[in-house]
Amino acid sequence: MHAFEYHRPSNVRQAAALLQKNEDAKIVAGGHTLLPTMKQRLAAPSALVDLGAMGELRGIEKKGRAVVIGAMSTHADVATSDVVAEAIPGLAKLAELIGDPAVRHRGTIGGSIANNDPAADYPAACIGLGATIITNKRKIVAEEFFTGMFDTALDEGEIITKVSFPIPAKAAYAKFRNPASRYALAGVFVSKRGSDIRVAVTGAGSDGVFRWSEAEEALAKRFAPKSLDGMSPPASGMNTDIHADAEYRAHLVGVMARRAVAAATGR
Amino acid sequence: MTGTGIGAPVRRKEDQRFITGKGRYTDDLTRPGQAHAYFVRSPHAHAEIVKIDKAAAEAMPGVLAVLTGDDLAADNIGGLICGWMIHSKDGSPMKAGAHPALAQGKVRYVGDHVAVVVAETLAQARDAAEAVEVDYKLLPAIADTATARSSKVVVHDVAPDNTVYEWHLGDKDATEAAFKKAKHVTTLDITNNRLIPNPIETRAAIGEYDMGTDNYTLYTTSQNPHVARLVLSAFIGIAPENKLRVIAPDVGGGFGSKIFIYAEETVCVWASKKVGRPVKWTSDRTEAFLSDAHGRDHVTRAQLALDDNGKILALRAHTIANLGAYLSTFSSSVPTYLYAPLLSGQYDIPAIYAEVDGVYTNTAPVDAYRGAGRPEATFVVERLVEVAARELGMDPAKFRKKNYIKRFPHQTPVIMNYDVGDYGASLEKALEMADYKGFNKRKRESAKKGKLRGIGFSSYIEACGIAPSQAVGSLGAGVGLWESAEVRVNPTGSVEVLTGSHSHGQGHETTFAQLVSERLGVDINNVNIVHGDTDKVQFGMGTYGSRSGAVGMSAITRAIDKVIEKGKKVAAYAMEASDKDIEFADGKFSVAGTDKSMAFGEIALQAYIAHKFSGQDLEPGLKEGAFYDPTNFTFPAGVHICEVEIDPDTGVTTIERFTAVDDFGVVINPMIVEGQVHGGIAQGVGQALLENAVYDESGQLVTASYMDYAMPRADDLPSFDVGMTVTPCPSNPLGIKGCGEAGAIAAPPAVINAITNAVGHEDVPMPATPRAVWHAIHKGKAPMAAE
Repeated sequence: MHAFEYHRPSNVRQAAALLQKNEDAKIVAGGHTLLPTMKQRLAAPSALVDLGAMGELRGIEKKGRAVVIGAMSTHADVATSDVVAEAIPGLAKLAELIGDPAVRHRGTIGGSIANNDPAADYPAACIGLGATIITNKRKIVAEEFFTGMFDTALDEGEIITKVSFPIPAKAAYAKFRNPASRYALAGVFVSKRGSDIRVAVTGAGSDGVFRWSEAEEALAKRFAPKSLDGMSPPASGMNTDIHADAEYRAHLVGVMARRAVAAATGR
Repeated sequence: MTGTGIGAPVRRKEDQRFITGKGRYTDDLTRPGQAHAYFVRSPHAHAEIVKIDKAAAEAMPGVLAVLTGDDLAADNIGGLICGWMIHSKDGSPMKAGAHPALAQGKVRYVGDHVAVVVAETLAQARDAAEAVEVDYKLLPAIADTATARSSKVVVHDVAPDNTVYEWHLGDKDATEAAFKKAKHVTTLDITNNRLIPNPIETRAAIGEYDMGTDNYTLYTTSQNPHVARLVLSAFIGIAPENKLRVIAPDVGGGFGSKIFIYAEETVCVWASKKVGRPVKWTSDRTEAFLSDAHGRDHVTRAQLALDDNGKILALRAHTIANLGAYLSTFSSSVPTYLYAPLLSGQYDIPAIYAEVDGVYTNTAPVDAYRGAGRPEATFVVERLVEVAARELGMDPAKFRKKNYIKRFPHQTPVIMNYDVGDYGASLEKALEMADYKGFNKRKRESAKKGKLRGIGFSSYIEACGIAPSQAVGSLGAGVGLWESAEVRVNPTGSVEVLTGSHSHGQGHETTFAQLVSERLGVDINNVNIVHGDTDKVQFGMGTYGSRSGAVGMSAITRAIDKVIEKGKKVAAYAMEASDKDIEFADGKFSVAGTDKSMAFGEIALQAYIAHKFSGQDLEPGLKEGAFYDPTNFTFPAGVHICEVEIDPDTGVTTIERFTAVDDFGVVINPMIVEGQVHGGIAQGVGQALLENAVYDESGQLVTASYMDYAMPRADDLPSFDVGMTVTPCPSNPLGIKGCGEAGAIAAPPAVINAITNAVGHEDVPMPATPRAVWHAIHKGKAPMAAE
């Protein structure tokens, strides 16, 4: 790890000002991606702006027909939240499947989303539930937020403050874990909210999280696992690595989608 | 008896300090004035070093020295050695390429050592290492085992076809003849996947030079500190043996990878004199992946010849063994003498012929890893036997039983003379524990859920307790493989045992104390086990090959016997009797036929105060040593049965049941032995289902972190059903066979046999990852692991 300055501002405005002043500064939330990268000297920010002191960024509440989660809420916060468990149990379940206990107690929803790792779980939930990402500057709908592998719509110095998840009628997440890292090899989040049917896929696509529209159309006719029988997305858009070739990944997306729908519909 | 003697499941004495964070590992040690080393490693698999410019690095803050292979050469420091000479079929010696501790002219694998920076702090050393400019001329690389011999790439000039040796064992003509008359031949192509050891504690070293005495000390993560001292002094030439002390304090796991004498440890000792400061290096996890000696990596074609009654007539195997870019310390012996002599398994096979080609590649060196050669042999034998039974339509258990060796001693056609065993007894017990009869019912239940179920056997044998020195000497070993011990009784009757064995997780502090408690009647808390310091222990060959019980404890037993004999003489004076009339039992010396007796502690005191006898008639003191050289290998054997359920939608294999019945001979501490079995099975299941070291075509290690190298986790494993049968080993005084490697040897074929049984064909690679199994189910053919 190279030397860096460390700041721990007490509010979002101070954090934004620090980011503006230090061009190479990075925001650190839970640090579970950034710090290992720095230790390996693959990243060398001049300064870290730690959001950990801001109580305003942590917390989960039901607001109208949405669950709003503060960006610094940990995965464990979400996994064990009564609010989430009651309104969107599939989201609590997703948080419970991230990493290991150490990761879940340090890693945050804001950090995960801002990093947009192509095998992370939260991007699937954001797109699968039609979430809105709220920053210190604006509100961004999920599909416009995730712009490609490790890439988001965030501007320099823009800070995620909250994520708002509309409450669906039915939703669930099914994840096939990478046997080594336990990231998603294929993770599928499905939801139904009125006529809005969503199937979001993470870990499998070669350009990060995506909506599987064919499956959504099939589920629009009937929201049941059977509607997806025999379906899988084309292998051409899938990742290939030592753990899963494109054909196997495409197949797993189909299996995980059916399992997610089954879980969402209690079948 | 004290209740803490042989056979008692005593809790491990060492665990109190380990689980409360009070262990003292090499990295926990800080020497006064200590500086830090960081290695510049090759990012390329194969390249010429055109030039190294160290000026910028030397000018960096805190830098004490930047050293390269040229500096080693200038100081006449020799290269790392391979201590086991293997001769090819044609009688020519193996082709050992030079292995300098810092590269000279060429790098041969990613992670190869190019230079070392020594600085005040680790961060400064690392910063400066990044400033060392190395001008490489890239060369094409070969990483693949099967094609290394036909590659145009030449790793070492001494071996133009990348062939270290073409070795063989057994009777070729007799084997060919048996195959000719065979009614059935089973053929298998087998890849034994490459593994990375991954002990929890990475390697570490502190080299320290004392200018006043001209002595060196190396603190290091070694399984065999005396061997390290011998190699560093006699071969590498860093310091005379009497001027070098090697200390291996608490060591956090080794699995073989800490047997070897590596570049980093060597460089730390040498550099400590150059900079006049203690020099510390601790491997980070990435360095461990890149530079710890890897394990396995065989490609084999194997065949079994059978008559029409299902009797095995002969076995033959041709194996290509990847030895990596350099020959590590014992690497040459692993795919030869630790492999082919086990190809008879538990079976009466009249003729066996094995050919092994050792090859160089642009990959990390490959050497002994838990089981070392024996897992590879067992995988060949147990896959062949299972498939032969299936092809003949015979029950695999009955087929094995039919072919088991039933009379002992049994001379196999491949060196080994099995002394004792009862393979049928282990099989019967395992079949019962595994409820083999109920398998079909369970299979139907799985089918109802849409799952595939399979069962697989592994009827393994291993040769451990290595080894008779004369025997291994005749096979090319550069050292003898005896063990030494010293038993020091203090005047108060407490006991110190100095042993050449080294504990790095095996629980010696407990089991060795149990032996003393059993034999001398001393409370185990009054027994201290001293190991891992060449200044304290006279000599030792260390711990590997499941030898600490069978060989190390036998040496202690011999020393204890001498203590008792001496004690009897002291007792005779003390109780004014003839020493012929002194008996020792239950911690008491007594005069036969009288009620006169003295406790062991009283006699110890008498020995030291020497008031009751003349020092001219009997030497005062109570301290005895022994060297024990085994008369044979020991042959632990057993039957493991694995039962799996597979989800055909995802290819995920779940181990539903795992039964292990082992015959380890006499067991000192059944709890520790069971722990060894558990750990071994976990590693074996890791190899079978998860672990795979993958190099890409350019020689980059794709699996250089836990993000891609899948270690077994607790939830990958079921609760194991562990049982034992006992046939005491006749070749050592305690009847011990050894248990450290059995699980890792037995488990992989049991798991793969279960999966192939479930899938319905044999074409499932190892590791049987979900992807591989899914392809095997749906395509009948799984693609290779690497893209």
